[in-house]
Amino acid sequence: MQRVVTPDYLFFEAPRERVFITGSEAAKEAIRRSNVDIAISYPITPQSETMQQVGYLYAEGYLKDYYRGEEEIGVMSAISGASRSGVRALTATAGPGLLRGLETVVSWPGGRMPLVLLVMCRVVNAPLAIQPDNVELSYLLNSGNILFHAENQQDFFDYTMKAFVISEKVEVNLPVVVAVDGFFVTHARGYVDLPPKDIKLPPRDPYMAATPCMDNENPPARISRDAPIQKSNFISYHMHASWQQEVFAAHERARRHVDHYLGGAIEVVNPGAEIMLVASGSAVSQAREAVRQAEEDKGVMIGLVKVKSLRPYPRLEVINACKHAKKIIVPEFNYVGWHNKEVKATLYGHSNAEIMDGPRVFGGMSMPTEMILDYIFPTKGKKF
Amino acid sequence: MSLNTIKISDGFSHFMPKEYVDLVERGPYGRQVKVSEMGSFKEILEEHPMCAGCAMTLFIRLTMVGLPAPEHTIIVGTAGCGRLALSQANIPFIYGNYGDTNAVASGLKRGLSIRHPDQPKDVVVMAGDGGLVDIGFSALMHSWFRKEKFTTILLDNEVYGNTGGQESGMTTKGMVLKMAPLGKKFEKMDVIGLAKTAGLPYIARIAPTNPTRVANTIRKAVLIAREIGPTYVQAYTSCNIEYAIPTPKVMDDARAVEKERYGFMEIISDEAKEYLARVEKDSKKAVPAS
Repeated sequence: MQRVVTPDYLFFEAPRERVFITGSEAAKEAIRRSNVDIAISYPITPQSETMQQVGYLYAEGYLKDYYRGEEEIGVMSAISGASRSGVRALTATAGPGLLRGLETVVSWPGGRMPLVLLVMCRVVNAPLAIQPDNVELSYLLNSGNILFHAENQQDFFDYTMKAFVISEKVEVNLPVVVAVDGFFVTHARGYVDLPPKDIKLPPRDPYMAATPCMDNENPPARISRDAPIQKSNFISYHMHASWQQEVFAAHERARRHVDHYLGGAIEVVNPGAEIMLVASGSAVSQAREAVRQAEEDKGVMIGLVKVKSLRPYPRLEVINACKHAKKIIVPEFNYVGWHNKEVKATLYGHSNAEIMDGPRVFGGMSMPTEMILDYIFPTKGKKF
Repeated sequence: MSLNTIKISDGFSHFMPKEYVDLVERGPYGRQVKVSEMGSFKEILEEHPMCAGCAMTLFIRLTMVGLPAPEHTIIVGTAGCGRLALSQANIPFIYGNYGDTNAVASGLKRGLSIRHPDQPKDVVVMAGDGGLVDIGFSALMHSWFRKEKFTTILLDNEVYGNTGGQESGMTTKGMVLKMAPLGKKFEKMDVIGLAKTAGLPYIARIAPTNPTRVANTIRKAVLIAREIGPTYVQAYTSCNIEYAIPTPKVMDDARAVEKERYGFMEIISDEAKEYLARVEKDSKKAVPAS
């Protein structure tokens, strides 16, 4: 039904046709071309629609196995079992579901499990809302997972396929999370350039791995072979420390693949501008519009740094892109301002720019471009 | 490990430790060993850090003898006493997160079935009552209702042994333990009944009083899970520390508990019976490996 092509052909060379689809449909199309063996699903808004569509792919014969798990801990655990068996595995979740399964999610990198998790961001904190914000990404930043943040439907399509390839690189061998802001992208339509559906990625080679799969056909890597490693003693401290250092060293080794497949970990609009917006996810789209309005309405050139990869974070690229800036604004869709903190930590000692505290929206609110422009052109008594 | 992975390279055979050579040449890989042979082959679990007199350790050793194909078996465990020994065995062991065993095993078994459709790979969950019946309850039950093809072995020491002696769902009613200062308020959970409700093709309840019966029970459970559906073995494996059973009296306790309330019980479906009969017939026909 599908022929295997190289990742580079699929991503960069195959002819593409433009379609107008939702983010969930874009994810489905990515999975159709990703040669996924097993997908395990559990419903949660706004993710459910995507994993339903993956189920349709299974019914059509694009996947070898698919089932609904018992709940998120079960699904995150089952995916780890599937990944350890050597197959290409996928699941997806949103907000509270991610946090429910978080203990397992943070254990994946230490287990060196290549797999892909799609996160369709949604409010986590009370009071209840099912609308999008992306506070959950703050929990993932230091989880050891590689983390991409898609701006739109096209990104969601491309990053998902590329996530599998990067995840399975032998020197990376880590789970990759592809996050997207729920509803704004998942339930909205956008233009996506799709390669033909009769081509797919090569299958996973489970023996090309830092920790080979556990299929009893090769000597297993045993991170829990010796009981003392699980106990609080001198050996366990060193074992744990070296293992964690290796996980984050693998992040560093992933950078060149992120650069290659994602076309750089950042995109810069109007480099060298004195006012720079730094954003990821849907906030990039709002920032693009603010850049356009600033230029057209005010005649002021504003710069924009789109951060595609949150982990590994493109430190050097952001420092370089912001070196001329006098004012930096980090619009984001959450209350805590995790990206603002990241930018400040990154630029500390490298920039004299004022890094503004906002703008932020959360709980499902959209971010009007006037809100960003108000930070750029503050007007007394007329705050948005 | 398939047999190829434990084969010693000719160039290294001279330097290999004697015990490894014994394991490869006389161990249980590639052949079904019997309990009566114990002592004549190198066990896949020998040294372990369990407490002296631990009945759970005896049960685990006998389990290893019963496995029909240890070279194609992966064991999944979780926090608890059992994994201290299981992680020392010469069988790949997955130690996951709290209560995740049956979910991990579900994904693992399905993945192995995709990759190795012609080579049976046995997945065996071995975990304690806290890990399976309390924190892992949801994953346990759902794996049964989904008819996942692996064996679950409950190491039922009726207490949280590894965390210092707190009551579990499998503790008997009235027992005074840490976190049950006035005695446990509700009955021991009827997991056998739940297994019946889930329609498992093989269910067994057993104490480690009869070594051959333990090994045979495990063999049956793993074989039936391979072909028919999920199987469950509930094993009384006393905690001599938290229940203050003197080490020399551990087996006396096992026999007493077995007689008074635990018993040996086996429920097997007709389909599973037929399958086992076929397997046994075929294994008698097979020429023993040289």
